[in-house]
Amino acid sequence: MSNTTALHAKHLESGAKMVDFFGWDMPINYGSQIEEHHAVRQDAGMFDVSHMTIVDVKGTQAKAYLQHLLANDVAKLQVKGKALYSGMLNEEGGVVDDLIVYYFDETNYRLVVNSATREKDMNWLNSNAEGFDVSITERPEFAMIAVQGPNAKEKAATLFSAAQKEAVAGMKPFFGVQAEDLFIATTGYTGEAGYEIMVPTAQAAGFWQDLLDAGVKPCGLGARDTLRLEAGMNLYGQDMDETVSPLAANMGWTITWEPSDRNFVGRSALEAQREVGTDKLVGLVMTDKGVLRHGQKIKTESGEGIITSGTFSPTLGHSVALARVPSDVGETVEVEMRKKWVTVKVVKPSFVRNGKSVL
Amino acid sequence: MSNIPTDLRYASTHEWVRPEGDGVFTVGISEHAQGLLGDMVFVELPDVGDTVSTGDDIAVAESVKAASDVYAPISGEVVGVNEDLEDSPELVNSDPYGDGWLFKIKADDAEEVEGLLDADGYENSIDEE
Repeated sequence: MSNTTALHAKHLESGAKMVDFFGWDMPINYGSQIEEHHAVRQDAGMFDVSHMTIVDVKGTQAKAYLQHLLANDVAKLQVKGKALYSGMLNEEGGVVDDLIVYYFDETNYRLVVNSATREKDMNWLNSNAEGFDVSITERPEFAMIAVQGPNAKEKAATLFSAAQKEAVAGMKPFFGVQAEDLFIATTGYTGEAGYEIMVPTAQAAGFWQDLLDAGVKPCGLGARDTLRLEAGMNLYGQDMDETVSPLAANMGWTITWEPSDRNFVGRSALEAQREVGTDKLVGLVMTDKGVLRHGQKIKTESGEGIITSGTFSPTLGHSVALARVPSDVGETVEVEMRKKWVTVKVVKPSFVRNGKSVL
Repeated sequence: MSNIPTDLRYASTHEWVRPEGDGVFTVGISEHAQGLLGDMVFVELPDVGDTVSTGDDIAVAESVKAASDVYAPISGEVVGVNEDLEDSPELVNSDPYGDGWLFKIKADDAEEVEGLLDADGYENSIDEE
C-alpha cells in the first residue's frame, strides 16, 4: 500500500500521471514534463513536496547535537529563520543524507530531509541523539508545496494575509518564517526564486487550488529532476550516497572544517579523504544529438568515471549531466553511449540559474 | 484507454504501419508507446535509400526518460523520413498517428503487412505488458 500526500486527489483532478516514488504515489507529470519545466523557468510552477520529511529538533542541547550531527556548522546560523544546507555523514565519511536546517534559536531548529531515506534518517537522528538533551519530532501534519519561478513569489503572495506578506517582505534567499498558519521559506530545488511553503494538511488542497487559480502551473517529479539538474543540485541516491564522500560530490563547500575541535560525525574519515584526494563531481555538456544518462561509463586520461545524473536540458536544448571523475580530469571526457564512445565537454557542475544559461 | 486506430497495422514493438499505395507504408510509433516514453527530445531517423529488414533497429526515439529503438516492421527500402521531427520531435507526442510519423518504407513484399497485428491484436498485446 503506497503513501499518498494531502494533495493526491488534486493531482488526479489535474490529470497527473502518477508513479511510485520510494513508496509514495506521486505525480511524474501532468501531461508534458517539458512544458512544466519551462513554466518554472519563465513564469511560476508548483510541486507537491509533502512527501519530504519535516523534523523539529528542540532542547537545551539542540545546537550541540546538530554541531555533532552535521558536517556544516549550525553555529553559522545567527539570524532567526536562516537556513543552512548540509550533509550528515557516517563514520566512514559517506553521505547518510543531505538536508536543510532552519534556525529559530539555539534550542529550536527545523530539518527537512529526503523522503526516500525517511526511516534511515529518523534512526540516524535518534541514535546520534544519545547523550544530548534534545527532542526529535517528525511533523507529518504539514503538507509542503514548492512554488518556483520568476513570478512565483508574486503569485504566491496573492494568497497571503497582510501579516504573511509583511513576514516575507524583503526576506533574503535561504530563510524561513512561521507566519500565522504557514511556514514560508525562500528555498527551492530549481535554481529559480520562490518559496517552499509548509501548510497544515487540512488546508493543503485549498491552498493548492488557490495557487492554480493564481496561475501557478502544477509540475511533477519529472520537471523537478530536470530543473534541479540544470541548477547543478545533487539528488541523494544518485549523485551521492553512503559510499560517496561529500568531497567527491561537490559538497566540499558544505563542510565547515573550523574550529578544528568540532568533532562532527565522519570528521576523521573526511580528513583522511582530503589528505589522499578524492574524485570530483563535474558538469558535462553535449551539444550533439543524444542524451547523457545516469550510469553511463566515462573514460578520462587519468582513469574511469561515471555519470551520476544526466538529462536533456529543456532550457539549453541539449544534454547535460553530473559526473564523478578523477580530480585531474581534462577539458573533455569520453562517455559510452549506446555502445559508442562520445567526446563531451567538462564544465563546472551548474548549467542554468534564474532562467539563463551559465555555460 | 489508449487510442489505437483500426485502419492501421501494428508490430508488438509498438510501431504502426499505414498503407499509402504502390507498396509504400508509413511507419510511426503508437500513442501508447509515446505515452510510455514521455516528452520526445530527439528522433534519429534512417537515411532515405537504406535497405532494411524486419526487426532491424533503424531509428531511435529519445525522450526525457529513455532512448528507445524503433524497429523496421517490414522489409524494404526507406523512401522517406519525417524531417519535421528534427526541429519538432514533440510531434511524436502530440500527433503520433499523423504529423508525428517517422519514416516510409517501400515494401519488398506488401503482403508482409498482413502478418502484423490488427488493432485488437495490438490492444491485447499491450494489455499483457
